[in-house]
Amino acid sequence: MRRTIGDIAAFVTSKNAGPFLLTLDIVFPDKATYERFKALRTLDHVTVAGLYGVMAEDVLKIIEFDPAYAVKITMRRAWSSGAVGESDVYGAQQHVPLMEHVVPWEDA
Amino acid sequence: MTILAPEGMLGYGIPPRSMAEGMKRNPDALAVDAGSTDPGPYYLGAGLPFTNRRAFKRDLGMILEAAHERRIPVLIGSAGGGGGAPHLEWTLDVYREVCRERDYHFRTAVIGAEVDKGWLNQQIARGRTSPLDLDTPLTAAEVDRSARIVAQMGFEPFMRALDMDAEVIIAGRAYDPACIGALPLRAGFDPGLVIHMGKILECGGAAAYPRHGSDSLLGFIEEDAFVVEPPNPDKVCTVASVAAHTLYEKADPYLLHLPGGAIDLARTTFEQLNPRQVRVSGTRFVKAPKYTLKLEGVRRVGYRTLAIAGVRDPILISQLDAYLENIRQRVADTYPDGYRLAFHVYGRDGVMGRLEQVKEIRSHEVGLVIEVVADDPDTSAAVLALARSAGLHVTYPGRKAIAGNLAFPFSPADLKAGEVYEFNIHHLVVVDDPLELFPIEIDET
Repeated sequence: MRRTIGDIAAFVTSKNAGPFLLTLDIVFPDKATYERFKALRTLDHVTVAGLYGVMAEDVLKIIEFDPAYAVKITMRRAWSSGAVGESDVYGAQQHVPLMEHVVPWEDA
Repeated sequence: MTILAPEGMLGYGIPPRSMAEGMKRNPDALAVDAGSTDPGPYYLGAGLPFTNRRAFKRDLGMILEAAHERRIPVLIGSAGGGGGAPHLEWTLDVYREVCRERDYHFRTAVIGAEVDKGWLNQQIARGRTSPLDLDTPLTAAEVDRSARIVAQMGFEPFMRALDMDAEVIIAGRAYDPACIGALPLRAGFDPGLVIHMGKILECGGAAAYPRHGSDSLLGFIEEDAFVVEPPNPDKVCTVASVAAHTLYEKADPYLLHLPGGAIDLARTTFEQLNPRQVRVSGTRFVKAPKYTLKLEGVRRVGYRTLAIAGVRDPILISQLDAYLENIRQRVADTYPDGYRLAFHVYGRDGVMGRLEQVKEIRSHEVGLVIEVVADDPDTSAAVLALARSAGLHVTYPGRKAIAGNLAFPFSPADLKAGEVYEFNIHHLVVVDDPLELFPIEIDET
């Protein structure tokens, strides 16, 4: 069985973390789901870079944050927020490639 | 000690019931953040607020009314959004209008946060600046090109203003939690807990579920923990809502940097105290060896003119790139350089730009925003006018709709969007004294 991250998570969001970084949060509904997702080891720098067509070194951090049952990904912005050529000043609609990423997942 | 954050952004709308319920809990201070870089570089550069004056005045009026009745302090950080001198002036103008209309007389502290270019260039020469989230060191040339530079003040200027018996503090650009945490920090509560509470309260009700609309949040700080609760009876704070909020807009949730140090969340615990309250403990403050301030600056890069149009014709949509290139070429025949022309194609990659991985157009219509940025407003308007008319009339292979290629929703089609700015300073500067950049003036009227 395969599921998207959006099927499994409670929230998948994107937002600027300051004008030069974009941060993506995946928040799981409970500890069990979070631990199962972590055990998949499905998100690494190369995978995330592939989802967005960027270089792996532009994916700065992938952090598992146990208190929130969340995984956070921070990427370098290609340009600073609001610079000429901008398409999303707040960075609030950049989550979809991550949300639609398919992972192996057996329904319990 | 109890702090009420009436909302996460001054001017976004305080629900009256939340304010009333919050005041029933007898807060010791009302604290609200009024700024952000989220809306982009324009507002800092142009010296304008990103909130609406009428909405801002309403919210400020509600806060001052509550403070006047209870005689509790009001702390406002990042006044006017950008927190520079004109933003502070705009906020004071609204503030004085409210006070005049209602006959309020507060002892008011006004704290500036704009950075003098000469001073900053001296710091560069002394090697006291460093880049943040980017690799480019700060240069004097970049400082000189900036339209405006502010520094985010820490807790200390607010605490000094409280020492001066200020009843209302209106501060320029500030670290978001500074206005929330100044009173409890001054009272001697643990800095790690105070700062973490400030980080949660600065976004108001955003840390409560259901997460919709601008709303209030209460913070109760104790010796070894703090508790957060939404005054809105229809909302709850859960471990998930509060912990998830700790992630929000941060690059790394375990270590959050601030003027003079960082908070370390490695040992933080979140516990559900009851269905509406969450207790947070274990967050530690780590003092930095040197006290640094975050600098924010923007430079003007030109003037924008734009036009919005739609395309419905499938023959044109099927060869959109060639059509847009043809427009670009026709514009270049008349205006070879000195501007930037961009086409935002909604229905293809208008939202994600270069990050978009869906390459084909799947919809039956597309939206176009034609954008020109040039050094002066006249060139910007002239180039856009030519791009718009070329876009309407250029031909393409197989064209049936010979009367026009674009559907314009508005007349006039060409919209002057004014000055365009870009962030050019996002750096740290070391200071000896946390107060040195932030002059405090007391106003008794």
